[in-house]
Amino acid sequence: MKNIIELKKVTKRFGGITALNKASLHVNAGEVVGLIGDNGAGKSTLIKTLVGVYNPEEGEIFIRGKKVSSWNALKARESGIETVFQDRALCPQQSIVWNIFMGKELRYPFGFIKEKEQINEANRLIREIGFTSKLIDAESPVGNLSGGERQGVAIARAIYNNAELIILDEPTNALSLNETQKVFDFVDNVKKSNRSVLFIGHNIYHVYDISDRFVILDRGEVVHQLDKKNIGSPEELMKIMRDTIQKH
Amino acid sequence: MNKNKSIIGNIFHKNGRALGSMGYFVLLMLVFLIGAPEAWMRPNLHQSVFVMLPTLIFLVIPLVFLVASGEIDLSFASTYAVAAYVFAIMVKAGIDPALAIIAGIITGAAIGALVGALIVIFRLSSLVASLGMLFLLRGIILLLTESRSITIMEIDSHWTYSFLVGNFYGFPMQIFWASLFVIYCYYLFSKHVFGIHIHHVGDNSVSAEQMGINVKAVKIKAFMFVGIGAAIGGIFTTLITYTFFPTQGFGYLLLALAAVFVGGTPYWGGLGTIVGAVFGVGIIAYMEIGIIAIGWSGTWRQFFNGLIILLALLGHRLHGERVR
Repeated sequence: MKNIIELKKVTKRFGGITALNKASLHVNAGEVVGLIGDNGAGKSTLIKTLVGVYNPEEGEIFIRGKKVSSWNALKARESGIETVFQDRALCPQQSIVWNIFMGKELRYPFGFIKEKEQINEANRLIREIGFTSKLIDAESPVGNLSGGERQGVAIARAIYNNAELIILDEPTNALSLNETQKVFDFVDNVKKSNRSVLFIGHNIYHVYDISDRFVILDRGEVVHQLDKKNIGSPEELMKIMRDTIQKH
Repeated sequence: MNKNKSIIGNIFHKNGRALGSMGYFVLLMLVFLIGAPEAWMRPNLHQSVFVMLPTLIFLVIPLVFLVASGEIDLSFASTYAVAAYVFAIMVKAGIDPALAIIAGIITGAAIGALVGALIVIFRLSSLVASLGMLFLLRGIILLLTESRSITIMEIDSHWTYSFLVGNFYGFPMQIFWASLFVIYCYYLFSKHVFGIHIHHVGDNSVSAEQMGINVKAVKIKAFMFVGIGAAIGGIFTTLITYTFFPTQGFGYLLLALAAVFVGGTPYWGGLGTIVGAVFGVGIIAYMEIGIIAIGWSGTWRQFFNGLIILLALLGHRLHGERVR
């Protein structure tokens, strides 16, 4: 199976603290990978390294089998990787449309923005995501939105860019049941279109439901990887996770 | 809420700060008009405002970009003089004034890049680092010129003079250039990738970085833009008065900053208004000249400056707190 991205023995330190220690991870085309681990295991650091927000001290990154040098956030997005960050990565004083196109604006030559086109696309996207309030349109500031709606904007951004791999960092955090279900539906849709998802969560039940494969992270190290077909239930996954971490 | 109301609400929400500044400007004009109608009708009063106004426009508009990006700069008031000095000595040395202007502007951009690099790369506080640069650059100018001014009467016969600051059927050309600059900056700020990235960086630089925006580059460019604006302002003033003064620009430091905030750009970054800043400049320029013009003693000037600035800021408070 073709892998979209692969991290090989990546180490990331913050001052004296080793946040990632020779961690390796890959995501194949069309699969949903669940990244699990305790708080502070390094899940967010791992994905921020993966998408070029952090520069690792050691290790290699491969995109579709090709090694990349000077990896950064823009290059990751240009290679078809979109991320819904834990903090949503939004600018609350700016409009929904500016947030959706942040960093990847639709441009005319010389850098002027295709404003109309962006607004039309954004309006279409927010209806697609399920914004029903007539008071909210593409030009409303994100700061007026609820937590679920803000998550919707972050997801709309990932959808718009038609990414091959979508990374969701704790996407169901602080969401209502209804909103959580929307996130799951979204993951299903991505999977059906043969694209990949890397799903980070601490709710094992959520991760279990939607993932094909699990990667367990503990204190910056990848300690176990297993396929869903080898596990019977979320409880079993939880037990495996607890045992591996205890042994580690 | 009915639809009509929400449309008006929307317009107010999007342009509230600019409309607010316009309101204060109109109010100030009315006060002067009622207070001293005769003085206010005299055209030479407005002419003297129009000498000051373009220079302030060139200084203030780039500052809106910088403040919206979440930074501040004080060194522009000295960059203003350094660029004008480079221009003046090159003209004195017999170099083509058009080249001298370009050299002056490049000097401004280079100083801006240096200030930006100190702040962004070496992570110095923008307030303190630019304060240091303000004194350092002024000190260099005073040392180089030995506090003497440079007169460049020879510029009068050159095409650049009439082209940039000449009279076009009684209309000062600098007003035309300043207007063009405002229109350009309006589009740059709200319809161009540079301006939009400025908003994102000032609003939430972590988010901007995660979305692949080069935050450092955007900020350094904003500092360079302030340097360019200061250089243009300095060169225009030198052209208008045929003279470079070593203390030139120092008086604009606080007035230009006041115009940014009176114009409705909040200090916290992520928001800004070009149109508002133009009214902010109008308020500051008329305030400086108007109080004397209507016959009050010059000793009242600072008092009224302060009063108007505070009232304007209180008014802008109505547009609300920062949303997070």
